[in-house]
Amino acid sequence: MSHSSLPSPAAAQAAAQAAAEDQRKMHVVVVGHVDHGKSTFVGRLLNDTDSLPNGKIEQVRKNCAAEGMEFEYAFLLDALIEEQEQNITIDTTRIFFRTTQRAYAIIDAPGHKEFLKNMVTGAASASAALLLIDAKEGVMDQSRRHAFLLSLLGVKQLVVLVNKMDLVQHSQETYEKIRTEYTAFLKSLGLNAVHFIPIAAKHGENIVNRSAKMAWWKGPTVTEALDAFKHEDDLTGLPLRLPVSDIYRFDHRRIVAGRVEAGAIRPGDELIFQPGGRRSTVRTFEDWPGPESRDVVGTGGSASVTLSEQIFVERGQVAAHPSNQPRVGREFRARIFWLGKEPLVPNKTYKLRLLTQNVEAVIAKIEKITDASTLESIQADSVPRDSICEVIVRTARAVAFDLHHECAITGRFALEEAGRIHGGGIILDARKEQNVREGKVTAAERSARSGHAPAVLWFTGLSGSGKSTIAELVERRLFDAGRQVFRVDGDDLRTALNRDLGFSAADRAESVRRASAVAGLFANAGHISLVTLIAPLAADRAKARAALSNHAFIEVFVDAPLDVCEQRDVKGLYAKARRGEIAEFTGISSPYEAPESPEVHIRTDKLTTDQAVDLVLDALDKVLRTKADDWEV
Amino acid sequence: MSRNAQNDHLTRLEQTSIHVFREAFANFRSVCMPWSMGKDSNVLIWLARKAFCGKIPFPLLHIDTTYEFPEMYEFREKAKVIHGIDLIVRVNEDAIRRGIGYATHDPVTVTHELKTVPFKAAIDEFKWDALVTGIRRDEDPTRAKERWFSPRSAEGNWDYKDQPPEFWGQFASSAPEGGHVRVQPLLEWTELDIWEYIRRENIPNPTLYFARNGKRFRSLGCHPITHPVDSPASNIDEVIEELKRTKVSERAGRAQDHVGRNSMQELRAKGFM
Repeated sequence: MSHSSLPSPAAAQAAAQAAAEDQRKMHVVVVGHVDHGKSTFVGRLLNDTDSLPNGKIEQVRKNCAAEGMEFEYAFLLDALIEEQEQNITIDTTRIFFRTTQRAYAIIDAPGHKEFLKNMVTGAASASAALLLIDAKEGVMDQSRRHAFLLSLLGVKQLVVLVNKMDLVQHSQETYEKIRTEYTAFLKSLGLNAVHFIPIAAKHGENIVNRSAKMAWWKGPTVTEALDAFKHEDDLTGLPLRLPVSDIYRFDHRRIVAGRVEAGAIRPGDELIFQPGGRRSTVRTFEDWPGPESRDVVGTGGSASVTLSEQIFVERGQVAAHPSNQPRVGREFRARIFWLGKEPLVPNKTYKLRLLTQNVEAVIAKIEKITDASTLESIQADSVPRDSICEVIVRTARAVAFDLHHECAITGRFALEEAGRIHGGGIILDARKEQNVREGKVTAAERSARSGHAPAVLWFTGLSGSGKSTIAELVERRLFDAGRQVFRVDGDDLRTALNRDLGFSAADRAESVRRASAVAGLFANAGHISLVTLIAPLAADRAKARAALSNHAFIEVFVDAPLDVCEQRDVKGLYAKARRGEIAEFTGISSPYEAPESPEVHIRTDKLTTDQAVDLVLDALDKVLRTKADDWEV
Repeated sequence: MSRNAQNDHLTRLEQTSIHVFREAFANFRSVCMPWSMGKDSNVLIWLARKAFCGKIPFPLLHIDTTYEFPEMYEFREKAKVIHGIDLIVRVNEDAIRRGIGYATHDPVTVTHELKTVPFKAAIDEFKWDALVTGIRRDEDPTRAKERWFSPRSAEGNWDYKDQPPEFWGQFASSAPEGGHVRVQPLLEWTELDIWEYIRRENIPNPTLYFARNGKRFRSLGCHPITHPVDSPASNIDEVIEELKRTKVSERAGRAQDHVGRNSMQELRAKGFM
């Protein structure tokens, strides 16, 4: 029956998948010591795979002739003036070509030591590497350094091309010598070359066509080796890691945007956001143009997530499934490659960028510096350019991460200074003494959970000046933004805690002391506490400020002229005081000492309530930002 | 194709571009996207809408040389409505008054005066610190060396001798003093990818790309210096089939690239895209 010849749906899907795989371009970086023939090799590879645009060779031959130079395949790639003058590749470039099997992007990386950062840039985007060694010159500095960097960058598939075999009479002995020496070096890095292929790039030997002059070589040609490279492992099977890139509020929706770096995410998944530890559930994916959205977003996919419960989420946090979370901590041991012109020094502040997290960090300790070309240890107090080191990194606030061997993509980071990346590192292990959470809960842990430092906002001003009105709105805005916030109101305190106090100077002082103690407790619990109290005497307020000195303290002077307050007289107190029914009423029969330098000064007779609230929130925001950098663990 | 497939080539390119868009928007104060109305530019609009869930949260800029094909002006008005574009249009009126034009000047001069100069003036006016461009590495050897996020000095110059390293998805996060960063979400795409994606997503494009009387435009610029190529490809399927076979470079029809051996590099070092 014809039915039986139809492929099963699963088989059809597998075939479609295979076809799609074939379309994926394989990114291969070409590295090696300067002058070991990378550009010539790539030029020849393009030529021999028939990948050059029409007339390209002729055009380059013509240019060479015009300038009295001998034609070289390397010139095909050297598009920039500098390269033609110095005859070296200064930056990575991409060359696109196809073998009969699939499409490639060849990343031509410079071999000159000066351009190591460009080599790193090129190699980091590759799935596999071809490393050239000049048969005549043998293993050189950059041959070793490049291999070390490949191992750090996570390029695991490597084929070594022993080039310029024509210059050593195609000697198998020379080839074997290089192979033995370099294999031992690679082994010390935990690398293993799939093949060592003897080639003569200039003459196209063993690139696409087998060399008759090296009949002893039974292994693959370069294109055969290329076609055997595999794409990186799909990380969809790993635990979910979705770093938050941004929160979009372009319309009524609040969308958490990010790229899934590992694992997969589905509507209905419970998520935990680290650092912070808040939880929510994926409600929808907001895919445009719709109408349908995906039912799962796997590794590499960009997600646009709405949550069922509105929690405070911000750029930098990593969403994970609660059953398998990243580590959270401030200290780890890392292996770093340093490319900065200035050496990497301990205790200097750098920006550490890990996924979408961007925090200040210092090198707390240098454990070891290695010369990447000899693997020998260097004794020094700082890490010179282009070397590798093992260090303890300490961040200003908690970061979410994995160990590199658990999940490479979330176990590595870049170090930045003045907006420019100068180095990269992989996380070897977390520092137990800092990261283990046992016993006493620290203030930083509370901050990490609430997502902000605590603070005390102290509202002072005459009765009727608008302290409570503004404080209530500030509280509402903070609460809605997901902040931990609580208002300590003077009138409320008088109904219980301060029931025994009157309005004498001594009682007022005690009232301020108790209010500051209560505000301090809330701040210790991680809250932003808003105190609204007339607190008319500068000396009492100074004491409160001193008592709360371990927290961010913002004095908000709610300032309205006495006549305005009296006119408002919401509670009818001024009328009573004028009638003499209330003794020692601030402003009437008792002094109010206006703050001399409050952090925020609000003229409620001149500003709208919204403007006043914004002023307070701006001041708080500034303080919290600086505080965020010194959460102590 | 399953709408969950993530491994196909075009979806990977698309998802990476979306990531680049989002990182740019999160890191920079003020983003703008120059729009040439060409195919790459239109793919960018599409990707931006995907990145930002339907709405492009920054303005687009059209530097109008006044030498656009009439069809392009029509397309501009149509696309503005379809995509809900907040469009800024700038013309170098001063250069036009001075009589700069293709009839009297060489293409490099005209390109500089009518594109680069007003482009820089717009950057000065709006103080953008990130500009999203549609350049691709396969277009030209100088573009092959570009970064995803490529800093430009206050003068708009590209220091290609000392580019920042870029790895593990960490890009330059701030612009040089007074300068800006070029954000290039299409860097890894090829011309063929662009057309296959346009077909898959059904993205609106000018019809000049399709053959009339045996000729079509492969790349669109100012009409006096943009020449059609011989081609029978009159629809998108035929264009894709043609590209799979061709060995003629995409910008072969763009005269300003070919005046001198390094004309493209000179243009680009001075601030051209």
